[in-house]
Amino acid sequence: MLPTSHAFREGARRALDDAALQQALGMLKTGFRVKRGVAARRMPEFEQLRDVARDLKNHTLDNLDLYLEAFEAKVVEQGGKVHWCRDAASARQVILDICRAAGARTVTKSKSMVAEEIALNPFLERHAVEPIETDLGEYIIQLRDEPPSHIIAPAIHLNRRHVADAFMANHRDLPPERPLDEPRQLLDEARAVLRQRFLAADVGITGANLLIAETGSVALVTNEGNADLTMTLPRVHIVLTGIEKVVPTLDDAMTVLRLLARSATGQEFSSYTTFVAGPRRPGDLDGPEQFHVVLLDNGRSNMLGGEFQDMLRCIRCAACLNHCPVYGAAGGHAYGWVYSGPMGSVLTPALVGLEEAHHLPNASSLCGRCEAVCPMRIPLPKMLRHWREREFERHLPPLRARAALRLWAWLARRPALYRLFADAGMAGLAWLARRRGGRFAKLPLAGGWTRARDLPAPQGRTFLSQWAAGKRRP
Amino acid sequence: MNDRDRVLSTIRRALGRGEASAERLRGVRERLARPPANPVPARAQVSPDRQVEMFAAMAAEVASTVVRVPTPADVPAAVASYLVQHEPPPGLVAAPALEGACDWAAAGLAPRFANAGPEDQAAVVPAFAGVAETGTLVLLSAPDTPTGLNFLPDTHVVVLAARDIVGTYEEAWRRIRALPTGMPRTVNMVTGPSRTGDIEQTIQLGAHGPRRLHIVIVDG
Repeated sequence: MLPTSHAFREGARRALDDAALQQALGMLKTGFRVKRGVAARRMPEFEQLRDVARDLKNHTLDNLDLYLEAFEAKVVEQGGKVHWCRDAASARQVILDICRAAGARTVTKSKSMVAEEIALNPFLERHAVEPIETDLGEYIIQLRDEPPSHIIAPAIHLNRRHVADAFMANHRDLPPERPLDEPRQLLDEARAVLRQRFLAADVGITGANLLIAETGSVALVTNEGNADLTMTLPRVHIVLTGIEKVVPTLDDAMTVLRLLARSATGQEFSSYTTFVAGPRRPGDLDGPEQFHVVLLDNGRSNMLGGEFQDMLRCIRCAACLNHCPVYGAAGGHAYGWVYSGPMGSVLTPALVGLEEAHHLPNASSLCGRCEAVCPMRIPLPKMLRHWREREFERHLPPLRARAALRLWAWLARRPALYRLFADAGMAGLAWLARRRGGRFAKLPLAGGWTRARDLPAPQGRTFLSQWAAGKRRP
Repeated sequence: MNDRDRVLSTIRRALGRGEASAERLRGVRERLARPPANPVPARAQVSPDRQVEMFAAMAAEVASTVVRVPTPADVPAAVASYLVQHEPPPGLVAAPALEGACDWAAAGLAPRFANAGPEDQAAVVPAFAGVAETGTLVLLSAPDTPTGLNFLPDTHVVVLAARDIVGTYEEAWRRIRALPTGMPRTVNMVTGPSRTGDIEQTIQLGAHGPRRLHIVIVDG
């Protein structure tokens, strides 16, 4: 999809006025967040697992070329094929070529954020191959022709009435008077419609949660079982994945998987975790005749060796989205691309460019909740600050903001002067506030801040001057 | 330069080195052959009997139903009594591996021993292992245990020997690595029936895979 991250502010404003969206986002607080906390506390080894997962992924990234080559060799050994793609265009073309060679008319897809990243669906449609999303949430948003708003719950912004409307509008051969008021009825209808699509598809495209170098296996995690039907029934299975997904061994995979479901949905383990390697074997009664792995770079290798390398540990669990106050207010669509929340604010500038996405690293209060819950211990706030520094260096913020920042930086490097200004400023504000009931409804240069709230006036002296005066207790 | 070389050379440049040294390569091969021991949940480090109980309890937590029978000969009757709970009792397809494993006819069952087709309502399959820590079944693909059986029918019945229940995933992998036939094409770790929370974050069972999962644990 084409990024619209430059319009974050407008998108966030729209989101705040959208009552249905706000209700849906409100459920994060009682749903995913609470469940993750319960699951993490239930496992005494959880914090230790996070350390081990961080270290094993760092080791893998430091040797990424070797582990990818080892993975490739194992895939080939089992009759599969690996396609290396440096960018989105190359990956789209490789996938289309495979579909054409297979004479494919319809393709079932299991939810893949990488497929969203390379805008695979519109490309296939333009070339007479029909893609059908099979993850329920992804199917719903495909019918509504909109992007996912959450990396593991793509339709989280919708309620049952939105879904019913989408089904009424698209499932035209079903009786229009059928009841579609309950989630159960909606699910049963989607199940019946998609079952026919599963059985008819020529090619199945899945993502990958992990690639296992030891065995050439691809690990796929779902709760619905849609990835399994997608990879088992059609004649061709294509795995589309980023190069950073590789881990050394099956044992390493289990450390990551012990963290994944707990961090994502608060489940101990997802319903279906599948390790698949190569095409069907002699004597097998099912499985695809062809097994392809499309390894996508698309800017990831440029993140290695620098201040954003840690982001490549991300396992797309969405814990940082679920716990982010900004995501919780603005929702995913405001971020303007595939990835949202804190992980999206770090990843999007790296993949689509800072010019397009420079608002995103600023869409954070740096409260640190994301880092506190990240199973891979990715220092997300630190990386958001790195992006802000680069934004400043590249002169992307407006002139006035840059001038103010430069002035502040100049002062901050001169502590004595800084304190003098702070003391004077506080005294001045306190004096001005006497006739205003102790609060400012409007302040020059801070109109954006006071538009939504009042600034309480300072009532006394700065912390540092109180400290210097020997006042150590309130 | 093709994309493969381009991606690999970008990776190496970013990591500040050229082709990996022999020493680095040896280190990676060693790491692949002998991964360091994982931290594993202490709760699964218990006696085999406790592991069976834990498996059953964890499986029930994720909406699987579990029944224990004394011997393999009791399996058909257990499967039959589970299936009659549904009206009408569904027709049964069974993994070819289960043909001749017990006397199905004696329990009034006449399963088709084949892969599942779109019309099949219920399937019975053997498990390779059960993992106590999360109540997870480990199902392997082979000519006589096709994968479709695990996903197409509404009702998924799995037969699991108590002696095949292990504490952790790692123990299951150890047993799989030791198979004379090598790593299977597909390893399905199944923890409860199919589910989704995609409509209003409310969990419902039976999304695309089985609506219900019934586990028959064979003690003897």
